Amino acid sequence: MSKLHPIISTLLKRIGLGIISLFFVTLIIFSSVNLLPGDFVESVLGQTRTEESVKIFRKELGLDKPYHVRYVNWLTSAIQGDLGSTFSGRNATYANQPQQNTARSVSSLLKPRLFNTFFLAAMTAIIAIPLSLILGITAALFRNSIYDRTVNASALTTISMPEFFVAYILIIYLASINQFFPSLSNVTSSTPFFERIYLSVLPALTLTLVTVAHMMRMTRASIINLLSSPYIEMARLKGISKTQVIIKHALPNAWAPIANIIAFNLAYLIVGVVVVEVVFVYPGIGQLMVDSVIKRDIPVVQGCALVFAVTYILLNLIADVISIITNPRLLYPK
Amino acid sequence: MKSSKDNKKDLLLDIKNISIEGFSDEIWHPIIKGVNLQLYRGEVLGLIGESGAGKSTLGLAAMGFVRTGCRFTSGSIIFNGKDLTKLSEKKKQQLWGTKLSYVAQSAAAAFNPAHRLINQTIESSLSHKLDTKETLQKDAVQLYKEMQLPNPDQIGERYPHQVSGGQLQRTMTAMAMSSKPDLIIFDEPTTALDVTTQVNVLATIRSIVKEHQTAAIYITHDLAVVAQMADRIQVLRYGDTVEVAKTSQMLKSPKEEYTKSLWAVRSIKKKEQKSKEIILRIENVSASYGSGPKVLQDININVPTGRTVAIVGESGSGKSTTARAITGLLPPTQGKVIFQERILPKKLSDRSKEDLRSIQMIYQSPDTSMNPRHTVREIIGRPLSFYHGINKEKNTNKVLELLHMIELDESFVDRLPEELSGGQKQRICIARALAAEPDLIICDEVTSALDQIVQEGILKLLLRLQHELKISYIFITHDIATVKAIADEVVVMHQGLVVEQGSKKDIFNPPHPEYTKLLLSSVPEMDPNWLNKVLEK
Repeated sequence: MSKLHPIISTLLKRIGLGIISLFFVTLIIFSSVNLLPGDFVESVLGQTRTEESVKIFRKELGLDKPYHVRYVNWLTSAIQGDLGSTFSGRNATYANQPQQNTARSVSSLLKPRLFNTFFLAAMTAIIAIPLSLILGITAALFRNSIYDRTVNASALTTISMPEFFVAYILIIYLASINQFFPSLSNVTSSTPFFERIYLSVLPALTLTLVTVAHMMRMTRASIINLLSSPYIEMARLKGISKTQVIIKHALPNAWAPIANIIAFNLAYLIVGVVVVEVVFVYPGIGQLMVDSVIKRDIPVVQGCALVFAVTYILLNLIADVISIITNPRLLYPK
Repeated sequence: MKSSKDNKKDLLLDIKNISIEGFSDEIWHPIIKGVNLQLYRGEVLGLIGESGAGKSTLGLAAMGFVRTGCRFTSGSIIFNGKDLTKLSEKKKQQLWGTKLSYVAQSAAAAFNPAHRLINQTIESSLSHKLDTKETLQKDAVQLYKEMQLPNPDQIGERYPHQVSGGQLQRTMTAMAMSSKPDLIIFDEPTTALDVTTQVNVLATIRSIVKEHQTAAIYITHDLAVVAQMADRIQVLRYGDTVEVAKTSQMLKSPKEEYTKSLWAVRSIKKKEQKSKEIILRIENVSASYGSGPKVLQDININVPTGRTVAIVGESGSGKSTTARAITGLLPPTQGKVIFQERILPKKLSDRSKEDLRSIQMIYQSPDTSMNPRHTVREIIGRPLSFYHGINKEKNTNKVLELLHMIELDESFVDRLPEELSGGQKQRICIARALAAEPDLIICDEVTSALDQIVQEGILKLLLRLQHELKISYIFITHDIATVKAIADEVVVMHQGLVVEQGSKKDIFNPPHPEYTKLLLSSVPEMDPNWLNKVLEK
């Protein structure tokens, strides 16, 4: 390890830590999903169930095996990319005839939903990240001015309102009173690209409004935090203009906290937007997970949770990498 | 440089009756109260005074700059015929980094960690379009050469964290020279450096200023340094001028009482005394932080009872680590600490209350070593109840007695640390150490953060207490003047090793080991020719 550039060894360490935390997350996912009250088999078979049919159904779903065996089976196939098959495609009447099975694989169910979620997250990020950076930098530049206060106050207002409320306000003004955009965003896999963008405008706008405040305030705070540094005063005494001082001297040293808050918000855009999805009937992964929990479709719930965990860990890893490569102390060791 | 030009035509900077206020606690306080300052082309003016005298504020004002939360209230600053107080921000930006340059106190903090040195060196000249990038870079390398930086061709490609403090300070001077300014403000440029590094930086700054005929304002609190650098000296106190005179004249016959008192600080000289009894013996102690390299390597130190042992050395020499090893904060990896003929347990947690009581510490920064929410009564009362179990009522009497000992009256009892001056805070820290009734006090750079006059008071107090209470001191410092003032015995440390140990007389008189010689010769003296003499050697 000592021969490697310190960045590479740090990176390898981070990736290793990421894998370890992912392992612990799988443990937590598995145990908490299995702690959910209720039983899929009994609820599906309902009143007509016999002891016999319950037993057969359980066996077919693999629910007769002990917890640790099921965990190991799930983990080993998940590593190979196979998240198992759903419970709910099955039907009690086919319980005795496995060849009639209509169950879908979890991956095939997740894939289109995941794509939709990523699409919406990407669209939001493309609007929200540059917007919050620009707002944050300008607010820092004109701090304590009316502009700064207005930006801060409006950002705070949007973040203080519940997401569904922001969503409904947007629907009222942009879909109902002025019919610019549709209020339903029910995209399908066959929706053409531009049509898809058009349908996703309102949910993306809602998410932009709720995430911008965070990122903008963090950008502003990180920059202002640096403005009292002696090297900022030095730059000013070198006759560098205020804008240049902020862009060339403060911002390069502020990337680490900004990257962290952006990663945090991106993760939120992928894992935490179920309310917005419901309001706009957008077929994202959040809705899928909530539906599956209601149906007690354990493999799907586990699959979603795993996808969320991977997203979180990956985004944080990227934020770590950004803070490392923007820090010359780490990039160019003594 | 030592030739002064009194020709009126050559007046470069004329500060007339300038007043500056700062905003704090919801009101404007005066910082500079109607100061006049003249500077001629090619002249170096030394600006001295204690912390809070307004030196830095005045230095920055000479560039037409005030820090956030400060404002000019009256007066004018005429630079090259233009009044800087009346210029717009844009106009001033055109002067900054071209005609007016600034060299800050801590180079490590004043360089942007995110950019290479060469880009920062030429940044101001480049942004003011003084020349092409290539020419400026070539000039910068030339300046690096003049500043005697190692590898002048490549050092610019480095980042600030990759070069040493002394090199950074020289790079910053090169940065200030890059635009060939008429005036450079040096704001305590060597204060953060070790003495042995300081000599070289002073020499290079002086020669480059002379070479380029640049006028300079040299701000410092160190008289010996200003004596080497300045043609004239202006003494400031409480934001007002005390006295201005040519350097030689100022050193020989200062007029004002205050100036004399600044000069007098270096005059305390304790007569060294010997003691046969040894209170603390450090035998073959080594220590390291975590699994890192050894910070202390097999050191031996003896502390005689009722005497003062001064440990001197530069930063990183292991002085404070020695203190941590003695107190058990950093258990030594090998060796013994023998206190009053008894081997002390290595770890702090293994020591008895009695062991803890008998060795006390006083720290460099009284600001951070006191709980800001405790009153003086609580701060001093805590060791009283912890070590002696004294109840509240008697406690107050004892606290008053201790306050009396450190020459403060009873009105201080209910004050919080923020309501005390720096010197008073350090006195309270001394009282806290005394409250335990220790046999040995370790003083870690206790006077370094204080002004010279306050330093004198604290040193006198410590000497008096030693005389009355027969306490032994270990006095850790990097300042040779302090050592001369207080020590009986001296230990010289360098890179975790004890270079030399002996009585004050032995250490300060030849023959010296190589390092002691370098250290002693690097300490600036009041003689204006000191730097020349050192450089000749």
